[in-house]
Amino acid sequence: MTCCVPGAHSVIDDPSAIEADSSALLSLSRPLGDGRRQLEFAVPDAHCAACIRSIETALLELPQVATARVNLTARRVRIAFDPAVGNPAELAPAIRASGYHTYVLDPAQETTGDPVLGELIRALGVAGFAAGNIMLFSVSVWSGANEATRDLFHWISAIIALPAVAYSGRIFFRSAWRALRVGKTNMDVPISIGVILATALSLFETMQSGRHAYFDASTSLLFFLLIGRTLDHLMRERARSAITGLARLQPRGATRIHDDGRREYLRLDEIAPGMRLEIKGGERVPVDATVVSDGAAFDYSIISGETALHAIPSGGEVVAGANNLGGPVLLQATKASTDSFLARMAAMMDAAENARTRPRRIADRAAAIYAPVVHTIAITTFLGWGLVSGDWHAALLNAVAVLIITCPCALALAVPIVHVVAAGKLFERGILMKDGAALERAAEVTSVAFGKTGTLTIGQPQVVESHAEDGQASAIAAALASASNHPLSRALSAQLGTTGSFAGTIEEISGRGVEGKADGITWRLGSRDWCGLPEDQGSDLTEVWLTANGAVRAWYRFNDLPRPTARASVAELERMGLPARLISGDRQGPVDAIATVVGIGAATGGLRPEQKVEAVADGHTMMVGDGINDAPALRAAYVSMAPTSAADIGRSAADFVFSGEDLGAVPFVIRTAKRAARLVSQNLFLAIGYNAIAVPLAICGLVTPLVAAVAMSSSSIVVVANALRLRFDRRPAVPKAAQDRLVTQETVA
Amino acid sequence: MSGLAVLIPLAVLMGLAALGAFLWALRSGQYEDLDGASERIFEEDIKD
Repeated sequence: MTCCVPGAHSVIDDPSAIEADSSALLSLSRPLGDGRRQLEFAVPDAHCAACIRSIETALLELPQVATARVNLTARRVRIAFDPAVGNPAELAPAIRASGYHTYVLDPAQETTGDPVLGELIRALGVAGFAAGNIMLFSVSVWSGANEATRDLFHWISAIIALPAVAYSGRIFFRSAWRALRVGKTNMDVPISIGVILATALSLFETMQSGRHAYFDASTSLLFFLLIGRTLDHLMRERARSAITGLARLQPRGATRIHDDGRREYLRLDEIAPGMRLEIKGGERVPVDATVVSDGAAFDYSIISGETALHAIPSGGEVVAGANNLGGPVLLQATKASTDSFLARMAAMMDAAENARTRPRRIADRAAAIYAPVVHTIAITTFLGWGLVSGDWHAALLNAVAVLIITCPCALALAVPIVHVVAAGKLFERGILMKDGAALERAAEVTSVAFGKTGTLTIGQPQVVESHAEDGQASAIAAALASASNHPLSRALSAQLGTTGSFAGTIEEISGRGVEGKADGITWRLGSRDWCGLPEDQGSDLTEVWLTANGAVRAWYRFNDLPRPTARASVAELERMGLPARLISGDRQGPVDAIATVVGIGAATGGLRPEQKVEAVADGHTMMVGDGINDAPALRAAYVSMAPTSAADIGRSAADFVFSGEDLGAVPFVIRTAKRAARLVSQNLFLAIGYNAIAVPLAICGLVTPLVAAVAMSSSSIVVVANALRLRFDRRPAVPKAAQDRLVTQETVA
Repeated sequence: MSGLAVLIPLAVLMGLAALGAFLWALRSGQYEDLDGASERIFEEDIKD
C-alpha cells in the first residue's frame, strides 16, 4: 500500500475522459429533489482515514458540492451537488488534485440496494432472535422443569418458533420447491424436510404435553444455515460491486454531431447507423464505423493483441473497441451497438459458455448423494421402530431425530466458509473472485495459457533503444514529445524528462507526428516515412525519428516490456508442475521474443479469437488474458483470470480479476485454490465423520433435543474453525530475493 | 409461577427490542461502510 500523504501520488488529468464532459455527467446524475443532483465516483485507491479526509475536504471546498461522503468498503464517494452553482466537470479534477484516481460510475449499472441480501439478513436476524430466546426456555426444560412449567415453556417456544420458521425458512423452502418441481434435488430439500418435520412434530408433542420438543433445533438450524448462505452471498456481491467499480465508463456512449452542428451525448444503445459521432483522443470507438475525417490513427492492441498502430484514411473502417490515438475524429456509425464487433465477441462468448462442460459444484454433488441416503435412513428408522416395538409415536420421534441430526448444517457451512475465507485472502492481494465455483475449478488446473499484450506485458510502449546526435537533438525531441498526447510521445517524454519548452511554433499532425519550426529549421518528430526517410526492415520495433530539415538527428525504438514479475511467475508455475503457454493474435516474431524473455517454451502467434477458444478448450486450462479478442477464450477456458486493466468485456468474462502489475497473482490464486480445496475436503470429511457418530445414536433413539443442540453447534464450530486456518497460511507467493534478481535480469535484457 | 408470568414476557420483549434495534440499524445504513466506520474514528471532528 502506498503512503497516504495527500498529494503523494501524481495523478494525471485526462481531459478527454467523460469526467470532463459536464453534459454527460449531468445525464448520469440522479436528481435529489430540491434542484440538487447526485453522482457517484469510484476512488479505488482510498483505504484509510487520511484518504477519507483529503477526498471529502477537497470536494467540500467546491461551492457546488453540498455533501460528499466516502464509502471505504465500496471504495466510492457519493456527492450531492447543485448544478446551478458550479460545473460538475470540476468534481473529478478536485478528487485527482487530492491525489486519487477516480472515475464516474454509471447509476444504470447499479442495482439500487440488494433485495436478496436484505431478505437474507432480515431472515438471519429473525432466526437468531428466535433461536436465542427458545434456547433460553430449552435450557430450563433440560435442567428439569416440572411438567406444568415444561408445557408452558414449550407453548411459548412454539409461539416464537412458528412465525420465525415460516419467515426465515422460506428462503430454503422456495429453493427446495423450485428444485423438486423440475424433478431435481438440492441441498435445500433435506434442509426443508428436516426443519418442517421437526417443527410439526414438536407442535404435536406440545399439544400432547410430551417430553421432547425440537423448536430450538429447528430455529438454530435455520440460524446456522442462514449464516453460511449470507456469507456466500456477501462474498459474491462484494466481488460484483468491486468489478462494476472497475468498469471505466468507456465506450458507454459518444457525442453525436447533428447536421446543424448541435452536439448531444448519446448512450451506447441509442447510437444508430448513419449518425455522425465525434471521438476524442484517448476514447474508444463505441460501434463499428467508417472514418470521416483525415489522419485518424487507432490502437488495435486490445482487439488484435498487436501493438502496431493503424492509420486509417478517410472512408476506412474501424471496429468497436479501437482506441483513438490522435486528436478528435469524426466517425459515421455503420452498425448499431448490438451488431458491432464487441457484440459478435459477446455472442462467441455465449457459444463458448454453452459448449463447455463444467463440473457441478462440490456442495451440489454432495447433496445429490446425501439427500437420498438421509431420507432412506429416516424412513427405515421409522418403519423399523414401528414394526419392531409397535410404538409408532416413538418411531416418529426417532425418525425426526435422524432428520435433525443429519440436517446438513456442517455440510452447508463447510464449503461456503472456506470460500469466503479464501476470497478475503485473495482480496487482500487485490484479486477479486467472482464465485466459489471458480475457486473449485482453479484448484484442478493443469496448465496455464497467457495472452501477450497487457497480460504478460505492461501494455504500454517503453523506449528500449535510442540514439541522439547531440544533447540539443535530445532536448528538442523531449520538447516536441511533451506537446503531444500520443502514447509514444508520452512514453518518450516520460523517458527523457521535460527539459524546457520548444522555442517556436508546434503543430501536431494527427497519426503522423509533431512538427516544430524555430530559427528557420523544421523539426519533425514522427514516423519514418513522414520524416522523409527510406523504408527499412531493420527492426520489428515501433520507431520514432527526429529530423531537422530532413536530416536524421535522433531515433527512438519502442517495445512493450514484460511485466516485472512475469518471468518469476512463469518459473513459479513450472515449479508447481503447471506448464505455461503463450497464445496471441500478434505476429509470431514479437510473440517469440516475449516468450523467450519470460521463459515460456510454447508460444503461438497469429491466432484468431476462435482459434484461441480451441487452444484453451481442452483439459483444465487456466486462461490469463485481457483483450477483447481474448474474451471468448476467457469464457471457454476451464477457469480464467484478467488484469483490471483489461477491456470491460474481458473483465466480465474472467473468473478472477487482479489489480496491479504483479503477475505473481496467477500462482497465488492457484495455490490458494488448492489449499482451499484441501480444507473443503477436510471439512466434508469432518461433517461425514460427525454424521457417522451421531446417526447411529439417533437411530437408536438416544438423541434428545439436548444432544441434538450440542451436536449441531459443535460440528458447525469445528468446520468454521478449520476453514479459518486458511487465513494463517502466510507464505509469500514469490520469494522476495528471487523477485528482485529476476527483475534486474529483465531490465538488463 | 407468578414470577414467570412477569419475567417471560419481559425476556421476550427484550429479545424483540434487540431484533427491532438490529433491523433499524440495518435500515438506516449503518452496515453499509464497516471499513470506513472503523477508520473514521481517527478523523478530527469537522462539522458534519
